[in-house]
Amino acid sequence: MNERKPLGQSKTMESAATRSKNNTAKHGKLSRDVQARLGQQLRAMYDDVVNQGVPDRFSELLDRLDANGSKDTR
Amino acid sequence: MAMDESVRKAILGAVPSLRAFAISLCGNVDRADDLVQETLLRALANIESFQPGTNMSAWLFTILRNHFRSEYRKRRREVEDGEGRYAETLKSQPEQHGQVEFREFREALSLLPSDQREALVLVGASGFSYEEAANICGCAVGTIKSRVNRARTRLAELMAIDSAEEFGPDEQTRAVLAGGERP
Repeated sequence: MNERKPLGQSKTMESAATRSKNNTAKHGKLSRDVQARLGQQLRAMYDDVVNQGVPDRFSELLDRLDANGSKDTR
Repeated sequence: MAMDESVRKAILGAVPSLRAFAISLCGNVDRADDLVQETLLRALANIESFQPGTNMSAWLFTILRNHFRSEYRKRRREVEDGEGRYAETLKSQPEQHGQVEFREFREALSLLPSDQREALVLVGASGFSYEEAANICGCAVGTIKSRVNRARTRLAELMAIDSAEEFGPDEQTRAVLAGGERP
């Protein structure tokens, strides 16, 4: 159906409808806006861990292995 | 033989990102740290198979991913419903993560099939190219691309159901968008 809608409010309504359609991703194609937001959240979650740096147990582990002459300890 | 200082540095440098990847795979900080530790032990036991000059981080990610996969398969034989267990692990310990703001996103992520989840994280957060991610996962580049696409689509659906408002642009942005839309 390609009915013309009355001008004026239609443009805003259409774009709002398009946006909500994109948000629910019925078409498997996401708007760049949604993709950007997903990417931000994913990276924020990931970087939250990365920013914790190297817990002591790992540098200690390498020290221990190094002292053992890099032998396989398992 | 003493550990080469540059090797030690490269390994430690990869640890923060390995932990983040491991947490996204198994949904549990303690388990993830064990996974990283087992990865480092395996890596050092096989350090001669690492080719100097290549990407140490990608090499470690591959070891971690394969190790997780084989453990995961073992565990799934013991406990059916691996994905459901992952989601439950998350729910049982949200405070441990200390990141309530990511909880909703984490939960949505936990509902993805694990092959989609790992592809999305490798490409979208770890900063690997599609080619590198394909090497890490031992599959074709096209497979990674389609997994990432499906993961994004599914995540958008999951996030929209619970929180279209929070997830969408905030009111101010929405107003700007609505007013400034190009014809």
